[in-house]
Amino acid sequence: MPAAIASRDETPFDVTALYVFVGVSAFLALLATAFTHDPLFRFHGYILTGAFALAVCAMTGLIASGRLRSDPTQYADGVVKAGVIATMFWAVAGLCAGALIASQLSWPSLFYFPDAPWLNFGRLRPLHTSAVIFAFGGNALISTSFYVVQRTCKARLAGGAWPWFVFWGYQLFIVLAATGYMAGITQSREYAEPEWYIDLWLTVVWVAYLLVFLGTIWKRKEPHIYVANWFYLAFIVTIAVLHLINNAAVPVGLLETKSYSAFSGVQDALVQWWYGHNAVGFFLTAGFLGMMYYFVPKRVERPVYSYRLSIVHFWSLIFIYIWAGPHHLHYTALPQWAQTLGMTFSIMLWMPSWGGMINGLMTLSGAWDKLRTDPVVRMMVVAIAFYGMATFEGPLMSIRAVNALSHYTDWTIGHVHSGALGWVGFISFGAVYCMVPWLWKKERLYSDRLVEWHFWIATTGILLYIAAMWVSGIMEGLMWREYTPQGYLANSFVETVSAKHVENVIRTVGGLMYLSGALIMIYNLWRTIRLPSVAKATPSLTAPATPALLAAE
Amino acid sequence: MWKAHAKFERHSLILLIGIIVVVSIGGLIEISPLFYLESTIEKVDGVRPYTPLEQAGRDIYVREGCYGCHSQMIRPLRDEVERYGHYSLAAESMYDHPFQWGSKRTGPDLARVGGKYSDSWHRDHLTDPRSVVPESNMPPYRFLAEKDLDYRAIEQRLATLKTVGVPYTKEQIAHASEDLETQADAFASPTGLKARYGAKVQKRDFDGDPERVSEMDALIAYLQVLGTMVDFRTYKAEDPENLR
Repeated sequence: MPAAIASRDETPFDVTALYVFVGVSAFLALLATAFTHDPLFRFHGYILTGAFALAVCAMTGLIASGRLRSDPTQYADGVVKAGVIATMFWAVAGLCAGALIASQLSWPSLFYFPDAPWLNFGRLRPLHTSAVIFAFGGNALISTSFYVVQRTCKARLAGGAWPWFVFWGYQLFIVLAATGYMAGITQSREYAEPEWYIDLWLTVVWVAYLLVFLGTIWKRKEPHIYVANWFYLAFIVTIAVLHLINNAAVPVGLLETKSYSAFSGVQDALVQWWYGHNAVGFFLTAGFLGMMYYFVPKRVERPVYSYRLSIVHFWSLIFIYIWAGPHHLHYTALPQWAQTLGMTFSIMLWMPSWGGMINGLMTLSGAWDKLRTDPVVRMMVVAIAFYGMATFEGPLMSIRAVNALSHYTDWTIGHVHSGALGWVGFISFGAVYCMVPWLWKKERLYSDRLVEWHFWIATTGILLYIAAMWVSGIMEGLMWREYTPQGYLANSFVETVSAKHVENVIRTVGGLMYLSGALIMIYNLWRTIRLPSVAKATPSLTAPATPALLAAE
Repeated sequence: MWKAHAKFERHSLILLIGIIVVVSIGGLIEISPLFYLESTIEKVDGVRPYTPLEQAGRDIYVREGCYGCHSQMIRPLRDEVERYGHYSLAAESMYDHPFQWGSKRTGPDLARVGGKYSDSWHRDHLTDPRSVVPESNMPPYRFLAEKDLDYRAIEQRLATLKTVGVPYTKEQIAHASEDLETQADAFASPTGLKARYGAKVQKRDFDGDPERVSEMDALIAYLQVLGTMVDFRTYKAEDPENLR
């Protein structure tokens, strides 16, 4: 490592800048904690001050021992490894929260505690959604994007120590959001619950993420920007735009947790669902398509099926997705022209979505036998199949007449989970199964049989979950609109609640099975990391490392 | 044509700008008209800003995440109108920052729950939902009755709402604490409160504990005003200007 030795005497600029930034933040957090009159703000002030103080101490130690230098001849894989661990940690946390709230709906007398308001469904539900979407999904996206952008650009991550800031800053965002929900700090805007100061912190982290990602692309030694990076870039940029506009709010005071949205009523509803649906479109779809476009071709060692299809479906997907939000507001007080526009684009969205599915599935042409021999490939292929199914079901549910039945029911919950558990979960698990042996320099996973167990238990769990939700959703939708021959409503509301008990229990079982699969995976990964490392030289930037990534044509 | 795409693949800034342009079009065309088309929100009589106590109750509704299970949006479908009442108008949530239309009915819609149940029913139901509705799977909210309402910043809260567009007057903001205490007290003089928020304001001890203003007082006051502001005897849904 000649470059690192040469600069041993002085601390690199990126490290100094980060050190100063963290120090100033610690000081500001301490001041805010001291002067606030809001007990909830003080609670978060303690967390912020503690986190920044810990970061200052850790950085002091690391700078003193010279371990914060970056070696320009190597990929920055430490932060990717940390991201993989965080991904699995938050997966279990989010799935546990899901299993708990599913149990609450099944057995309310057992799982509610009148003296613990912070464990009520209303506070844990955003904890569950944020933990799986932003903590699990977000860490999977950040770690894979850091892995993929380095390999496809043949360049080390830009920014020196700042990728670590992105990683730890994002974890701090998650901790603030999660503790906030439990304490009652929330905007109650679906998937955008964190309050204004947490949103500002995420903005800082996200800008750093964008700059690290773009900076790496600017350093690339390949003339082309690989297709996976288009999707990652669209995800990062669009999420930034959505986040900034949807969270426009005025805080009650600079040292108060509470803020009020800049918009109200019908405008607020459309802004929120423009955000909400594109959190699905860009966070849970575009980002994970980027993952698919790297890990599927790489794992099956075939080129991406069609280069032209990837261009067409990329631009059409990001153009059309943005319009689809109003399908969450059918038959509401939103003007009908907006509802119709949303429905029309939602149906059109079916095609670009399936473009991605076809491009992913057909990448296996010539290697279909791997579906039988490699359970990791099977997991990713089933993920793509769930993607195709969920993106067919979505346009169907966006039709006004169907939505009249399905809206407000469990059908929506089932639809979300076939996408979240099937597509997002499985493609991330597949990517992590690929990355762990590659990152920790192992020849293989500890056990393919355990991957088989994970796959079958989790797949059965998903099927139980979504089948139960179809049944209960359609049932309650029909019960709500059922009339007696005399022309009266046939059911009181609470009759539809008690009718769903069995389905709620089946859903809980399905969720627990999915959680068990993730625990098996963690055991398998832990044993893989403990396997003896491969003796061969570590892949450096000078070695040819990216085969089979060009298009077939 | 495919060759032209090479520009996007070789220049990250062109790709970046391309993405921003493409994702901006939909939002601009779809969302921005709602801010200037006058037909977006119909003209109705009766909708007023929430009283300080109702707003404090609404902040608790938001804090507890009630939107996860309860919608506040009645659709113009036969069964919903018969079950919940007149379909919701855009005007009825025009002062809601944020909107709480919701997306899921694990429990029933609450857009017109005001006046349907007594205060003591709400208190019993919130304290232990299964004591009044045995099949319910709603969480218990006993702590609301045990917790004093924290309204030290109620003036600031109303002032903040004014900056985002709720037409609170200077007088309403200045008397916020006083109005809040008055509304939860059955024996206080209603003159000032009714002058500022109208004669229909419901003023009583909502939680059954006259000694203090609890979070339960605020939440029930909010629930009891939901959907009651518009007088539907004077609203003509079939008028051409109301058909959008």
